[in-house]
Parts: sequence; C-alpha cells; structure tokens
Amino acid sequence: MSAKALNRIPVTKTPKVYIGGAFVRSESARTFKVSDRSGTFFGNIPQCTRKDLRNAVEAAAKAGPGWARRTPYNRAQILYRLAEMLEARSGELVESLVLFGAREADAARGMAVGVDRLIHYAGWCDKYAQLLGSVNPVASAHFNFTVPEPMGVVGIIAPDSPPLLGLLSMIAPVIASGNTVVALASEKVPYPAILLGEMLATSDLPGGVVNLLTGFRRELVPTFATHAHLRAIYASAGADDRRALRLGAAASVKRVRFADAEGAGWFSDGAQGLDAIRDFVELKTTWHPIGS
Amino acid sequence: MPKTQKANEGPRFRLMFGDLWEYDPAPETADPKLKERYELFIDGRFTRPRTGKYFPSINPANERKLADIALAGPRDVDDAYKAAARAFPAWSAMPGRERGKYLFRIARLLQDRAREFAVAETLDGGKPIKESRDFDVPMAAAHFFYHAGWADKLEYVAPGRTVAPLGVVGQVIPWNFPLLMLAWKLAPALAMGNCVVLKPAETTSITALKLAEILQDAELPPGVVNFVTGAGETGAAVMGHPGAAKVAFTGSTEVGKAIMRQLAGTDRKMTMELGGKAANIVFDDAPIDQAVEGIVNGIFFNQGHVCCAGSRLLVQESVADQVIAKLKNRIRVLRVGDPLDKNTDLGAINSKAQLATIRRLVASGVRDGAVMFQPPCPLPEKGYYFPPTLFTRVTQSHRIAREEIFGPVLSVLTFRTVDEAIEKANNTAYGLSAGVWTDKGSRILRMSTELKAGVVWANTFNRFDPSSPFGGYKESGFGREGGRQGLLDYVHIE
Repeated sequence: MSAKALNRIPVTKTPKVYIGGAFVRSESARTFKVSDRSGTFFGNIPQCTRKDLRNAVEAAAKAGPGWARRTPYNRAQILYRLAEMLEARSGELVESLVLFGAREADAARGMAVGVDRLIHYAGWCDKYAQLLGSVNPVASAHFNFTVPEPMGVVGIIAPDSPPLLGLLSMIAPVIASGNTVVALASEKVPYPAILLGEMLATSDLPGGVVNLLTGFRRELVPTFATHAHLRAIYASAGADDRRALRLGAAASVKRVRFADAEGAGWFSDGAQGLDAIRDFVELKTTWHPIGS
Repeated sequence: MPKTQKANEGPRFRLMFGDLWEYDPAPETADPKLKERYELFIDGRFTRPRTGKYFPSINPANERKLADIALAGPRDVDDAYKAAARAFPAWSAMPGRERGKYLFRIARLLQDRAREFAVAETLDGGKPIKESRDFDVPMAAAHFFYHAGWADKLEYVAPGRTVAPLGVVGQVIPWNFPLLMLAWKLAPALAMGNCVVLKPAETTSITALKLAEILQDAELPPGVVNFVTGAGETGAAVMGHPGAAKVAFTGSTEVGKAIMRQLAGTDRKMTMELGGKAANIVFDDAPIDQAVEGIVNGIFFNQGHVCCAGSRLLVQESVADQVIAKLKNRIRVLRVGDPLDKNTDLGAINSKAQLATIRRLVASGVRDGAVMFQPPCPLPEKGYYFPPTLFTRVTQSHRIAREEIFGPVLSVLTFRTVDEAIEKANNTAYGLSAGVWTDKGSRILRMSTELKAGVVWANTFNRFDPSSPFGGYKESGFGREGGRQGLLDYVHIE
C-alpha cells in the first residue's frame, strides 16, 4: 500500500450510525464485521438493537413537528442542498460501493441517478399539495378543502441491491412532505449508509429528520412492525418480512407500503414520482361555514 | 334559587316546553314496503342461501321482528365472488359514459322511492325519521349521482398516470348508516369499473336488499353487485375470499385490526374506516349558542352511533360553566322516543348489544368519578333506548374519555391554553374527526393544522358531502371516501 511506502499506518474510521443528528455506536456495543470484495477485513459496523431503533424513533418524533412546519420552499432547498453534498462527495460513495462488490459503471450511474432523484423530490416539495389536495364543491354553504399532511415518523427498510440508491429513493419522497425517518440500511452493504449519514450531517437537514441504522433485519423487523410511534412502514421486503410487518402493523393500524422496484428497477425514472409521496401523506379535510 | 345568579351560569330564564304541553304524535306513515323474507342478492337474482338459514331483523324501537334475512355461508360468499368475477370483464370494459348511466339511474330511482327507504331505514335501524328522511337517503342518492359523473373521467383521477379498475372488491359496512355507507362503498367502486361483493351489518340488512330491487329496476348487469347478509362469520368470509382484489371495511377499530391480521399474508389492497373519539373544542371567543347547537348535533346525531361523533367536548375553562349550563338546558328539551315520529331527536339504540355496551361504559364513567347528568325524560317501555347523557369532571384517563362509546354520551373536559387544547385533543389513538369553535380565523387554521384528524369541522360539525374526502388518521383507519381522492382507493395506478 502507498501508506506503507510513506512509512505511515493509515488511520481507519470507526463506522458509526447517524441518529438524532449525532454519530453513535449501538447502545449494546455490538458490532458485526464486514469485509470488502477481496475478503479483506474492512471494519466493525454497529449491530443496532431494538433499543437503538426506539431511540431513533424518539429522535425522529422530536424532529417531526419542526420539520413539518418548515415551509415547502425551505424543505425543497434543503433537499437540493443534500444533493449538492452528495454530488461533491460522489467519488467517495462510488468507491465505497465498488469496494463492496458493485461494478464501477453501475456504482457511478447509481450515484448520478441518486443525486438526480434528490433534485427530483426537492422540486416536488412545493408542488404535490396542489396535485393531491383540493377545494371541494360541496352542496352546502361551506368552504371545504383537503390538504395533504405528513404522517409522522416513517420506518424505512432499504434493499440490499442497490444499497445506496434504494435507500435514497425511499427516504427522499418521505421527507419531502415533512415526515421524519428511521431507516435500516442494507444488511449486506451497510457502509455506504454510514457515509451517507456523514453527508446528511453536513447538509442543512435538521438532526433527527433522517436517522440511519445498521444491523440485522431479522432482529429489527419485529420492532419496525410493532413500534406504535412509527405511523408507516416503507420496506423493500420478501414475502416473510412482508407478512411479519403487516401482522405487527395491525396492532396500531400502521400504514404499510412495499417498494415495487427491484434491482435495476431502482435506476429507472419509473421508480420516482408523486405516488411515493402520496403513500406517506394523510389527507385532511377542513370545513367552515360561508357567512350569508 | 338564590336571588343573584352568577353571569356565567347561563340564562336566568329557561324555556321549558316539555313541562307546559305535550306534543301530539306525528308519525311518518309512508309504506316501507317490506317483504317478510329477504334472500341473498347474487348474480342479479334473489337467491336462497345454501345454508338454508335465516335470522330475524328486529325493529329496535319496539323489539318486534321486521323480516327474516338470509344467512350467507362461505359457499354463498363464494357464489357471490364467482358471479362478480364473471361480470367484471364486460363491466370494466364498458365505456365509462355507459357505466355512469347505470349509476345515474340508481340515484334517480332511489330519489323516487326516498320516503319509502327512509321509513325502512328508521324501522330497521332505529334512527329518527327526520335524519333518515333529510340526511341518510338524500345523501346516499347524492353519492351515486356524484360518482356517476366520474365513470367516464378515469384519466383525470391521478395526474400524469393511467388508472385501471382493480377487479372484484369485497366490502363490509356497519349498522349506523346502513344505506349511506352502502352508497359510499358501492358508488366509487362501480364508477371506477369494479364489481362488488358487499355484506351489510346483520342488524340492518333491509335497505341494502331494497336497493337490490333498484339495481334490478336499473337493469344493472347481473353480478356487478352482490349482497350477502349475515354476521361476523359471513364478514370474515367476504374479507378473506381469495377472489377479492381489494377489501374495504367500515366498522370498529377492533374488527379492522382483526381483518388486517387475517390478510397479513396477502398483498390485498385495503381501506379501513374505523372508530373515533373526536374532540370538539370550544374556545372562549366562540359563538356560544351556535357552538351548543353544534355540540348537540355532534354527539346526539343518530344517537351518537357515529364514528366521527364529537364525543369529547373540550371547553375553555373561562366559558366552561356557561357552555355546560346552556348545554344542559338544550339537552332537557331533546325528545327521545319513537324513531318514526317526526319530532323525535333521539331514536332507538340500534341493538340490545349496543345498549349494553353504552350502559357498561356509562357505569364506568360514574365509577371513575365523573359527574353524570341525564335530563328527566320518559323512555318507551319496549325497545332499546338511552337518554342523552353528559359527563362533567372527566379526566383524560377515564374510559369515557378514551374509548368509543358509540352512544349519546358526551364527556366534557376543560383546557386553558391553545397548546393544552391541541395536546388533549390529540391524546388518543384515534384520529377521525375534530371540531373547533372560535371566532378567530388564524386560530381555526392553526388548530386545523395541528389536529391529527382526517376531518376538521370549524364552527360546524358532522357535515358530509360526496365531493369531500372523509377518512382517518392513526387507528381510525386509512384510505379516503369521497372526492377525487376517494377514487384512488378503487383503482390500480399503472
């Protein structure tokens, strides 16, 4: 290695997860080893627990009202700023994807699509309300209107492939409307999500709006399913996890949506748009009499 | 009575009509044209149930049997789904303008027979005739009329996207607004090109089966709509049938959760319209007399058998005594009794079981230490009745402040600040509706933004319209009914 040539031992980074705007390790102090594509030890990734998930939900709940009250224009600019951060550091992200097995061309294209997708949703922030909401022509002397509102804290379970583009594609529409997020990164390729946390921290996104966990699905899916303060789940999941999530969600009438896209599908323009925003808003209808 | 009365104790003088003279009975006499026995409605025909069984539908106002209703078993439900599946290709391929014409016809035929349907609804469910006549039936017709006009406009439902019907939809509806809930379910499903298997509530099947007569008169193609009658087991069969592309349920949160669990292993689309415990919030600058009318309408409409009923009154402390005093005066002159009487304000409780639930929860309110007020009002000897009931000194932990009573029982809590009102209003697992009474526009909009409820009524309550999306937050369910937004629950976005 070049480090050796310089007669210097490189300083390796301790991977930490990004929760409530801070970089933390699991409360359990558990980690799991990941190795790069050549099988070389890369690092110890936090193996987050149910308690970490609950802490993250708390952080997201705390950040929720403030984020929802931001003006749509402001949310749009923050999403755009996030895209700027990612574009500037896309080399690092591509490298991390390649390190864990992605083909260089795929990783680079995924990164480009991911940044463009953030911009796509940045643009939606101050537009979806006009498309999803309405003024309703009721047959009485009332002013009656329907507006979309954020649901609250949304739990996201990201796909293994593509680990970063999938994660970004799921987070962006959910926060665009003012929800806050607790996301579980790919179990197989968690490191790009750790890098993403570092970029979120340097964007203007308030702490707690996006919280990223790493760990094992089988340990965390049951808590995602049953945590009553998660108002919705957005998951890339197989049949067993789908069933478990739906079953747990019934206890608190939680909204459950599954990502349609798979693999290369995430790269297409079809994997973005108003539908994903619509799935994570509630519609509120307000009535007021019109005076005579 | 003390000579000086504090200003905030309400009016000095009360009008006491009830003590001065009696109303003459004013019964509605239109013929409900009931049959002695109602069969299932499958494939466009009235069909005897394969179970061979029937159950009685009781008039809750006098406990007399109105008719026998067919009990659908799993094989009957299967027949209904098969009929719907056979009808689907032609129905969904029919040009929207033609499909719409059937819905327009249904609306018109229902308007033609409105009074007959109103009487049948009141007999079967116990609601006052003035409500079934002026609200349930005309609103049901309005839902068909509104959605009829959507049938040829599917390309406008989701901007930028193409939508298509789902297939056969399974629907289960409650007993509080039997015909209206049926219209809420049928009209959007049919307009979007779906076929339907619907189960009415077991205590209120009659108007659905009368509507089946209208479907025949309208020459709706056989199998497009099928009605299977029965209780919970029939409902589970309708919700669980593999032929359903989507299920829609309106009813209790408890049953809604059970359906969600039942279908957890499937990818079935769902709509849930579940329970509520709405806060009706009165600020000190509210038009108090209007607010009192709104509170009364909010909780006593349809005997409080309303999922969006304003069952928690949150009143600002500075006007609490005044509001409560006026409320008591208003409640004193409510007339409880024969639902068919045009002067009746509160009719019969829908069933013996529901009456028992109300009694149980009211007893818990007394036990928990809340103060109960019931006006002296004579109740008919036969039938299921409960007087309008007001609880004061209710705290947030009381069962009567947390659980849906689904009866004419109002729990009163107080607050001091706007933030406290918001906090208390949102302190519930439910989120269907809320009411706000204040003269201040900016406060209305702030409250409307902060309240976690699907419908917010400001300076009004219990308003509904086919063009206005209705549905819940949190454990009050998901999906919307009404408006363009409600259509999305009955289409596949391609």
